[in-house]
Amino acid sequence: MITIITNKDLGTGTEASQRADGRAFDELRPLKIEAGVLKRADGSAYLELGGNKVLVAVYGPRELHIRRLMQPNRAVLRCRYNMAPFSVDDRKRPGPDRRSVEISKITSEALTPAVFLEKFPRSTIDVFIEILEAEGGTRCAGITAASVALADAGVPMRDLVVSCAAGKADGQVVLDLSEVEDKDGEADVPVAIMPRTGEVTLLQSDGNLTAEEFEKALNLAIEGCKKISKEQKNAIIKRYGD
Amino acid sequence: MVIIIPEIIKESVTNLMKNGERSDDRGFDDYREISLETGVIKKAEGSARVKIGNTQIMVGTKPQIGEPFSDTPNVGVLMTNSELIPMAAPDFEPGPPDERSVELARVTDRCMREAGVLDLEKLAIVEGEKVWMIFLDLHILDYDGNLMDAAVLGSMAAIMDTKIPETRVEGDEIIIDREKMIPLPIKEKALMCTFAKIGGELVVDPSLEEEQILDARISIGMREDGSICAMQKGGMKPLTKDEIIKAVSRTQKITKNLMEHLPHN
Repeated sequence: MITIITNKDLGTGTEASQRADGRAFDELRPLKIEAGVLKRADGSAYLELGGNKVLVAVYGPRELHIRRLMQPNRAVLRCRYNMAPFSVDDRKRPGPDRRSVEISKITSEALTPAVFLEKFPRSTIDVFIEILEAEGGTRCAGITAASVALADAGVPMRDLVVSCAAGKADGQVVLDLSEVEDKDGEADVPVAIMPRTGEVTLLQSDGNLTAEEFEKALNLAIEGCKKISKEQKNAIIKRYGD
Repeated sequence: MVIIIPEIIKESVTNLMKNGERSDDRGFDDYREISLETGVIKKAEGSARVKIGNTQIMVGTKPQIGEPFSDTPNVGVLMTNSELIPMAAPDFEPGPPDERSVELARVTDRCMREAGVLDLEKLAIVEGEKVWMIFLDLHILDYDGNLMDAAVLGSMAAIMDTKIPETRVEGDEIIIDREKMIPLPIKEKALMCTFAKIGGELVVDPSLEEEQILDARISIGMREDGSICAMQKGGMKPLTKDEIIKAVSRTQKITKNLMEHLPHN
């Protein structure tokens, strides 16, 4: 029997009492959003958040071929969250797994309230989220980029849904958890909002928090969303002007 | 979804070709603009983003230690996989790889393997038990024609960009030293050149429009020295022997220029 020993872990250890990457508790990782990056798609967006690289394509509104999904009075918004095999440390086998199926579902539910689906009965709007590189917080990055891609596709919307996570790492409530903080931390709370009304369209929580800590995390995530929202708008303005 | 190409477009593109012209003003031996970046995905041990015109592919490599195939106990493994993700075109569907995707992966794999791009024997760690398996994943992001050439160009660049940890065997243990990352053992370079036959003419690097109306297609994989390592004919109509021989000699010239896009090292 052969044992395989790796002499160095890929992840770096967290330093006590300070965030591993030196950020303040309410500081986002460096963010970049670009709209209209693909030729064939009706709308597209590329987003980098720290080490995350996310590409989103939108097709539609277009004909829906699966009759049982068809809604007589509105369009359906379908999302597919998919990770590239090379996006993570250990190769991810291609195709949907339980995690990506769940994320696809909640992403669709996070975006749906903002879209005027009733304008397109019996049709579909397809959102394809591809994680090219993952470094913690990919579902939020996907939702944020998807809104920009929907806008780029000219889909009428009430608001640009924006998403960001907060959580608890090393006993401290912090914004926008990195991969290490997500793995070693105590809790992760991804949130999406419609910034004009402040309504929450996505909320998950994974880990242990007191009621006070949760409230703090939620507020922090909403503040993070508002910062990211500005970058979403800038990306669209950069592509289309004021 | 059915793509409808009005007969009128087919007729106009074909007529242009008969006059020695293409609808995007390229010459018959001209590629669209090519851009190639490597090392774009840090989580991948090797990566490349290739663009030919608006066609865009992201290629990443992931090395894993695995067991060799029983008939080749002392050689490593190169596994090529491609996904025509629904992002890339309105008629690409989610789900298991369809025949186009499988053909793309297999032709790319054949081109690299038969050219002897990698010295796979150097990827053996313990004979018959442990070898390096290099997974090469093609992620098609935007489909605007000629995936084959982009796939091989991107794969070649990603393999050249790949670094794997050094391994050594001490007794029954394999030590993987992630502090010493070494390049893959590259023996050869190979690229692919695809022609579309439209109106009796062969043109290189078919655009989407040309691909949709072509009569036949031929892809030729070629090493640096001009020898052939893979071929694939496609399309519903035949090619003549003369057309094939001419395509090979044109490929020898074209591949020389194409090689310039690969990183120099």
